[in-house]
Amino acid sequence: MSRRGMLAASAASAAVTTIPAARAKTASAQPAPSMARIALTVNGEARELELDTRTTLLDALREHLQLTGTKKGCDHGQCGACTVIVDGRRINSCLSLAVMHDGDTVTTIEGLGTPDDLHPMQAAFIVHDGYQCGYCTPGQICSAVAVLEEIEAGIPSHVTGDLTAPAEATNMEIRERMSGNICRCGAYSNILEAITEVAGRQA
Amino acid sequence: MKAFTYERAATPAGATAAFAKAPGARFIAGGTNLLDLMKLQIETPAHLIDVSRLALDTIEPTKEGGLRIGAMVRNTDLAADARVRRDYGLLTRALVAGASGQLRNKATTAGNLLQRTRCPYFYDTNQPCNKRQPGSGCAAIGGVSRTLAVLGASEACIATHPSDMAVAMRALDASVETVDAAGKARAIPIADFYRAPGTTPHLETMLEPGELITAVTLPKPMGGTHIYHKVRDRASYAFALISVAAVVQKDGSGRVALGGVAHKPWRVEAAEADMPRGAKAVASGLLAGATPSHDNAYKLPLVERTLAGVLAEAKG
Repeated sequence: MSRRGMLAASAASAAVTTIPAARAKTASAQPAPSMARIALTVNGEARELELDTRTTLLDALREHLQLTGTKKGCDHGQCGACTVIVDGRRINSCLSLAVMHDGDTVTTIEGLGTPDDLHPMQAAFIVHDGYQCGYCTPGQICSAVAVLEEIEAGIPSHVTGDLTAPAEATNMEIRERMSGNICRCGAYSNILEAITEVAGRQA
Repeated sequence: MKAFTYERAATPAGATAAFAKAPGARFIAGGTNLLDLMKLQIETPAHLIDVSRLALDTIEPTKEGGLRIGAMVRNTDLAADARVRRDYGLLTRALVAGASGQLRNKATTAGNLLQRTRCPYFYDTNQPCNKRQPGSGCAAIGGVSRTLAVLGASEACIATHPSDMAVAMRALDASVETVDAAGKARAIPIADFYRAPGTTPHLETMLEPGELITAVTLPKPMGGTHIYHKVRDRASYAFALISVAAVVQKDGSGRVALGGVAHKPWRVEAAEADMPRGAKAVASGLLAGATPSHDNAYKLPLVERTLAGVLAEAKG
């Protein structure tokens, strides 16, 4: 059994451990968990889940669908490691309840490409060494793919000069738009080169 | 996070009716602030009413020549709207100065107005905070107050409002449209929307319990040069230490609102008469009555200097 399989199995057995009824009653004034059933399309596959309403989209992906490519960094929307693409837009999956995404289409790092068929952004991150420890990388790549689409769609940023002109994939624009993805190893310059290559410009 | 029950509202009337059945419930839209606060148990609603799919996500012209921005319009979409970029550049500039691309994709117009302070003592549940726990005291006063309010504060609270968007909305004289549980609609000028902290800093806006924001309207475009200058600890993705939102006309007249200095976007209309006389004169009117601490006294000269830069940029 792989390490990941082992972890998944032990999480499942922990989930069915029952608390003796008497203790559960007196343990605290906590309201009982509330469950909800949702349907998602994740990386092209229809998935159904029954979840505690408190489950974030991030935890639904990682703990319930075992899509552990998406990372939990700060769990407060500050680091961007959990970035996924929902209905074509990048969001922090840690700051969103899974139950609010019923019917939505989610793309994670696993859905962008596979080891045998990399997404161009994944390939560029490898070529330009756009990581060190790799923990922020799935979020960086999901964010980067969406950033280029946002520029293409003409969405302005803090560094856009003329608000009525189309935005361009300059270094300044990419850096500003990627500011919600923190890399503790400091691989920023290589990340920028990778994104610039995919944008079709010379670094 | 405390357990909660969840329902999704299909209409604004359905949302307010759901609240009437579950007092103490919270509306949730983008959730980027509320969910964070729920994880920290600063907010502990027993019931959530999801308003994120209400059909309030369009931007329409008003008959007065302005724009009516639906409450659920995402920050990204508002910033990118061609009419906003052309006629209300200040609003686009303020929006894209705030948060990150990911957050702006989720955060809504109404939620942005209602986001809560980032005062570190509000976030630390081990500290007294009158906003989080009324009557418990304020650890920020006499504490580390570098980021906190210099205007409009009280002996109970020196928190600032964190929004950039709201600062632009104040300079543009926006109006907040709401509906209550009885179906009664009203419009609250943004100037009157936020409550002074006084002795009740946990009450932050004029909204009644269960009252739902449906839209924010902008009056007709006023022309001029639109500048939003935000000063912060890093170049991107940080809250304002101070910010200056200005609309400056060719003759030097105009409007100024400040962010990062008070519990609300700070604007003093009387001070704007001094705009042709320059930043020093305007700042003295804007900052009258300021009560800075040792830690945040730097905000006063910073406002004046930033405003001077903004006025120079407007002159071209």
